[in-house]
Amino acid sequence: MAITEAEVRHVAMLARLALTDEQVQHLARELSSILGHIDEIKALDLAGVEPTAHAFPVRNVMRPDEVRPGLPRDLALANAPEARDGAFVIPRIVGAEEGA
Amino acid sequence: MADRTLMHMTAARLRDAIARREVSAREVAEAALAQVEALDARVHAFNQVTPDLALAAAERIDRMVAAGEDLPPLAGVPAGIKDNMNLLGTRTTCSSRILENYESVYTCTAVQRLLDAGALPIGKCNMDEFAFGSSTENSAFGPTRNPWDLERVPGGSSGGSAAAVAARMATVSLGSDTGGSIRQPGALTGTVAVKPTYGRVSRYGLVAFASSLDQIGPFARTVEDAALVLQAIAGKDPMDATSVDEPVSDYIAALDAGVAGLRVGVVTDMLELEGCAGEVRASVERAAKAFADLGADVGEVELPMSRHGLSAYYIIGPAEASSNLARFDGIRYGYRVPDAEDVLDLCMRSRAEGFGTETIRRVMLGTYALSAGYYDAYYGQAQKTRTLIMREFAEAFERFDVLLTPTSPTVAFKIGEKASDPLAMYLSDVYTIPLNLAGLPGISVPAGLCEESGLPIGVQIAARHFDESTMFRAAAALEGALGLDMTPPLVRET
Repeated sequence: MAITEAEVRHVAMLARLALTDEQVQHLARELSSILGHIDEIKALDLAGVEPTAHAFPVRNVMRPDEVRPGLPRDLALANAPEARDGAFVIPRIVGAEEGA
Repeated sequence: MADRTLMHMTAARLRDAIARREVSAREVAEAALAQVEALDARVHAFNQVTPDLALAAAERIDRMVAAGEDLPPLAGVPAGIKDNMNLLGTRTTCSSRILENYESVYTCTAVQRLLDAGALPIGKCNMDEFAFGSSTENSAFGPTRNPWDLERVPGGSSGGSAAAVAARMATVSLGSDTGGSIRQPGALTGTVAVKPTYGRVSRYGLVAFASSLDQIGPFARTVEDAALVLQAIAGKDPMDATSVDEPVSDYIAALDAGVAGLRVGVVTDMLELEGCAGEVRASVERAAKAFADLGADVGEVELPMSRHGLSAYYIIGPAEASSNLARFDGIRYGYRVPDAEDVLDLCMRSRAEGFGTETIRRVMLGTYALSAGYYDAYYGQAQKTRTLIMREFAEAFERFDVLLTPTSPTVAFKIGEKASDPLAMYLSDVYTIPLNLAGLPGISVPAGLCEESGLPIGVQIAARHFDESTMFRAAAALEGALGLDMTPPLVRET
């Protein structure tokens, strides 16, 4: 199945990847080729077959809801590209005109 | 001067030699580090070597020896750890630019259990970025080379862990296997390589690729050593809800039981697959004959649904990966572009610049397969295929105790040979993938050397869920019957 460059751009936005035009062209070709192989699976008659998400049955795992130490904040922030006052720093997410 | 010949000893013998005070754990650590110093510039099995951690662990063992304490089962055994498992005091990079400077903030359960068993952490092993690949060429830090032929790949994605053991830089190592990433490099480097039953080993602290398929397992040079490592790391972990609370058998006790009367099923239609090299096929037939000579009841079985495993895997794997890799957003950890305009721009450019080519390909493939309009056609269909593959295995295991297949269709290929052809690379895992989809345990055992190239060939032995004992028992019998010397020329020469 051929996948177009427009579809690649759409999927790249869903995947949060800022691709170059060259990457988009390559991926359109490569993904089409891979899907060309994978498409055989669409032809299988699987009507009535239950889907499997997990290799064997697992039940909900329960435990008492007890307070236990988690990852300390300084460690949680240790790998942050930018941190300040015990928090991650990110660019402004509210427009300047709406700012405080 | 460190005695590098110590690195030819098995884990079981090293521990005994340390217990008998013939050698100290410190001398073993120094031997491993000297072997790394001598060979790793050429092999590049390690992203990071950890002499301080290794020597500190050795000191702990030597103090236990001095105090006359009982030693744990892997006391003083040099171990490599794939660089997608967290270990305090090391970076965990997944061989990706996006995590190049990521410092572990806790330790992976399987790694902790290995250390608790007395192993000496020699370093973090190179891999395909985020475990996406079958050659270790997709590492952002350069490929690992196969100790059998430095122009060839060691397989992947756990190629560094495999090469470290093959080149005697570590006695054992840990890898992770989502579609064959332990067993395939095991076959290509002449090492013993195990993917346990899904849920047998905790995944806590392993950077997730495809959560319904990922499993940590050992590399070693003997079946006994691999069994010792799995014994140490297996078992329920409260930190991983998918780890299964099933008793861990005594694997070592099973090793000498022999295979008389064991029902071995040779998966014949897998041997017919296009692309399966003649010598690989011959190795499986030789292994089947060895089993028959040992008194096993060898028969034939077909697994026709398994040929669709590759398609199912290249939908399910990327789909789960695209979701798992959403966490790399340039905000909480990892690479961040310096000049982002807003959060969306920050996220999209940090990911695009931080991820390598194959990672982007898999994330795109997975996102596409899950996107509106395609979900049922791809993901839904793949999940149903998975059901039929599991059913087919269940039927085969009614007739047989273990199944015998090739591990990979070819011997180690040249660096660059398949780099530009993703599909050709994906086919490397055609025999290993079905076990991940079904959650079954499998081991790759060296089964011969290719006459033409002198390169190792492995065969895969699969067993029922949680029946690693029978898997190890069959593997040990085969290993004993074949009696192969799997020392790479590089190790002989140096």
